[in-house]
Amino acid sequence: MTADETRPGDFKNVKAVDPTKIKGWGIDANPDNDPTYPMKLRTDEEQRGYSWERPEQQAADVEVLHSVERPNLTAVFGTSVPPSGLSGMLRRFAFKYSESSYGHWLPLMLADRINAVEGIIDDIGHGHVPNIFAERGYKADWKYNRTEFILKTAAAVAVSAGIVAMMMPKKKRKAWYQAFM
Amino acid sequence: MLAMNYRGPFRIRIDHDKPYPEIKHPNDAIVRVTRSCICGSDLHLYHGLVPDTRVGSTFGHEFTGIVEEVGSSVEKLKTGDHVLVPFNIACGVCSFCRQELYGNCHESNPEATAVGGIFGYSHTAGGYDGGQAEYVRVPYADVGPMIIPDWMDPEDAVLLTDVIPTGYQSAEMGGIQPGDTVIIFGAGPIGIIAAKCSWLFGAGRVVVIDQYDYRLEFVKNYAQCEVRNFRELRDPVVFAKQTTDSLGADVCIDAVGCEAAGNAVETLLGRKIPMQGGSTTALHWAINSVKKGGIVSVVGVYGPIDSLAPVGNIVNKGITIRANQASVKRLLPRLVEHVRSGVLNPKEIITHRLPLEELPEAYHMFSSKLDNCIKTVLIPPKAAS
Repeated sequence: MTADETRPGDFKNVKAVDPTKIKGWGIDANPDNDPTYPMKLRTDEEQRGYSWERPEQQAADVEVLHSVERPNLTAVFGTSVPPSGLSGMLRRFAFKYSESSYGHWLPLMLADRINAVEGIIDDIGHGHVPNIFAERGYKADWKYNRTEFILKTAAAVAVSAGIVAMMMPKKKRKAWYQAFM
Repeated sequence: MLAMNYRGPFRIRIDHDKPYPEIKHPNDAIVRVTRSCICGSDLHLYHGLVPDTRVGSTFGHEFTGIVEEVGSSVEKLKTGDHVLVPFNIACGVCSFCRQELYGNCHESNPEATAVGGIFGYSHTAGGYDGGQAEYVRVPYADVGPMIIPDWMDPEDAVLLTDVIPTGYQSAEMGGIQPGDTVIIFGAGPIGIIAAKCSWLFGAGRVVVIDQYDYRLEFVKNYAQCEVRNFRELRDPVVFAKQTTDSLGADVCIDAVGCEAAGNAVETLLGRKIPMQGGSTTALHWAINSVKKGGIVSVVGVYGPIDSLAPVGNIVNKGITIRANQASVKRLLPRLVEHVRSGVLNPKEIITHRLPLEELPEAYHMFSSKLDNCIKTVLIPPKAAS
């Protein structure tokens, strides 16, 4: 590691451009914008609690999990992918814990990984074999990064072949080696 | 309809048979998407770093579209209106919205109280489908969407849904005073706009630090700022001190977030395992590079789990940290005026325009920084003609 020593002459403060010549320079400058500048239109309404007239409540026609840190569902919510399967069980478990707990977030991360496997099983169950090459967008590599892509693919194939060969019984490995080499 | 379908980390596909969205609430609208973008923060979802990102989800929180259908209580929009839709889903009546904190709405996300609802950004942000599709459900249609002015280029409009307000607010939160030195970590789209907007608040110097030369070259030309590649610096913090006569920058902006490179331990803990809410390398550098009493503005996205940060230095230096999701609706009137007057030119950051059908390649290209990609706009087939 290179050390970080400095010399007195290393310290300076030089402007690379004259900022006043840049279009729009300073037009939003606000001398009142110090660290306490209010970026909100302070009304302190929240001091009266959860008391505003709520928008009409969206009907919950699918299972929607809600944080233990609030008493209800929000007036609107997304219904894109209700919890299901093993990942859904984990998500329901996670929502027993607060947003400041690892008990909430770690099961959710685990559920996401399990959900990816569930997705593959579901795809195959519906007669669709996932096209990993297409899903990972490797066509872009082929178009813009071909040399590196070919080298990486070749390296992956070589390593995979090596691992398969190492796992073969010795006799088979020898026969395989003689056949190809 | 055509829609993006998340299948797990680094795996997405375009489905042709996703059901059309329905009106679920009297103040909903259904919008036919005309343009959508891939945001840098979409990559955190794509890389599997945001908890509760469910297989089958459709991402996309930057989009414009034409109103196809409205719910019974919608008064401000009608069928045929061409709207830009802020990424925040906001009710407009809770105490937070009434204080213009539209990114912190209390009536749009049941799954987490720490963040308001966001289109296409996991169930942690409300479980809404996003705009990387042909159609999308837009809740609170009377609050968020803005009819695009006739004179405005649709590509400028789609960038006003997130990247421009977020970049602008990062500079605004910095409390930049005329003559201030601003150091911005990250030369992605948000960092680029943060650099451009820092001048509007009167910055005296703007320095952007990143690891990709093509992005640094872009921001240098686009925002007329100084740039440094941290791979060529022994330590970005030492550079920050050297270039400010040892005092530190007046304002530092973290425009990177949870996937910051530059520190092996942070990368391991925050991105590879991940046992914290992302790699906090850029935040570390920002805290340690800012002057005593300075301001660190954070718009980089981090996960909800605990993250390592040099808290001792925050205290000892008397730093103010300001952070939030951009309050798009609050900022739109000012930003529209800046676009109209030519002070801001959003669409110049677009480097790629691709059909929605090529979404997997578009994500991979953006994620792997192929073909000097900075900002990609997606065009659904019905909007292509």
